[in-house]
Amino acid sequence: MTMSEVGTYAAAIFLLIGAAFAVVGAIGLLKLNDPMKRLHAPTKVGTMGIGSLLLGSVVISFVRGGSSIHELLIMAFLFVTAPISANFISKVIIHLRGCDETPELDNEQTWSTLVQREEDLVAQDKTQQS
Amino acid sequence: MKRFFNWLFPHPFLTLLLAVVWILLQNEFSAGMAVFGLILGVIIPRGLAVWWPDRPVGFRLGKMAVYICIVIWDILVANVQVAWIVLSKRNKDMQSAWVVVPLDLRQPEAITVLAGTITLTPGTVTADLSNKGHYLLVHALHAPDPDAVRDDIKSRYEARLKEIFV
Amino acid sequence: MMPADDFLTLAVMISFAVVGVSQIMAMIRLVIGPSTGDRILALDTMVVNAIGLIVLLGIWQGTRLYFEVSLIIAMLGFVSTVAYARFVLRGDIIE
Repeated sequence: MTMSEVGTYAAAIFLLIGAAFAVVGAIGLLKLNDPMKRLHAPTKVGTMGIGSLLLGSVVISFVRGGSSIHELLIMAFLFVTAPISANFISKVIIHLRGCDETPELDNEQTWSTLVQREEDLVAQDKTQQS
Repeated sequence: MKRFFNWLFPHPFLTLLLAVVWILLQNEFSAGMAVFGLILGVIIPRGLAVWWPDRPVGFRLGKMAVYICIVIWDILVANVQVAWIVLSKRNKDMQSAWVVVPLDLRQPEAITVLAGTITLTPGTVTADLSNKGHYLLVHALHAPDPDAVRDDIKSRYEARLKEIFV
Repeated sequence: MMPADDFLTLAVMISFAVVGVSQIMAMIRLVIGPSTGDRILALDTMVVNAIGLIVLLGIWQGTRLYFEVSLIIAMLGFVSTVAYARFVLRGDIIE
């Protein structure tokens, strides 16, 4: 077996692993029954699924002689942004009370999503008056 | 001399990172591209330094590299574990739980890295931060023993981050 | 053992089908999702899956043209997820 054959097999296996993790993420998104639990599914799609697909693409470009590694940029971008969007979505779920009760904290602290802000109270007053 | 260096390069590692990203974007390595990337890497942090006054001063690159390797390994292992949990466990058998992690870290940058790490390793998602920044709210997908998850996060990630951001 | 190129072609076709199926499953969650958080989550998953489909298309056609497309879709997807979540949280995107 030559190097290019090994590379092609490796790329194909990367692609299959990536597709398998993408579908596991989607199954989790459909199957689980609690909004906070569903939040765990896309981390698999983002990290393993797409990461593995992009690795396969890098390997293929080396086999075909193009040698491009800028797919790693997309991977890094997805890795950096996935936690932030997950954090925002969980804030939305907590804000809309779509989950189990969040645990209480001691010494006068609370979770930042649940903090009552002054402008919120003013807005509530306005809607009640009108 | 040292003050001039600090003025010109507020974040030396950010300069390097920007140059590498520029070269990757161009997808070709030539001397001109490297020089232009370095120029961008000097101009952008210098221009933005005004809006980032309380930046972390000490930052250990070697320990950060070790940390990144550990995190990537954890991502690989935990992904397979969580995929197995998703496929094999029924909904009512899953014991998902909130975990409260008290933080020893105080720098915002370090807390951000810790929260991102917790989310990227599957099985746990960072949901919220307390309003004074002393606790993290973490949701675990299948945790029969929530205290073990908390201790694992504290010993495995937070202790290492405390050495990286000094 | 089949030749390497045939195996790659087969793998790309299987991956197209599987990622497409997971895209449809995310779309089902987008339609039935009981709460707003679920819908944002499904949209986010669909964006990430779309990047995967575009990468697969690039491998299939043997071109590198699609790199910029997938990078820009990744950026737009992140920004739109955050904007949507922020709109639900604060009723306003830019304060």
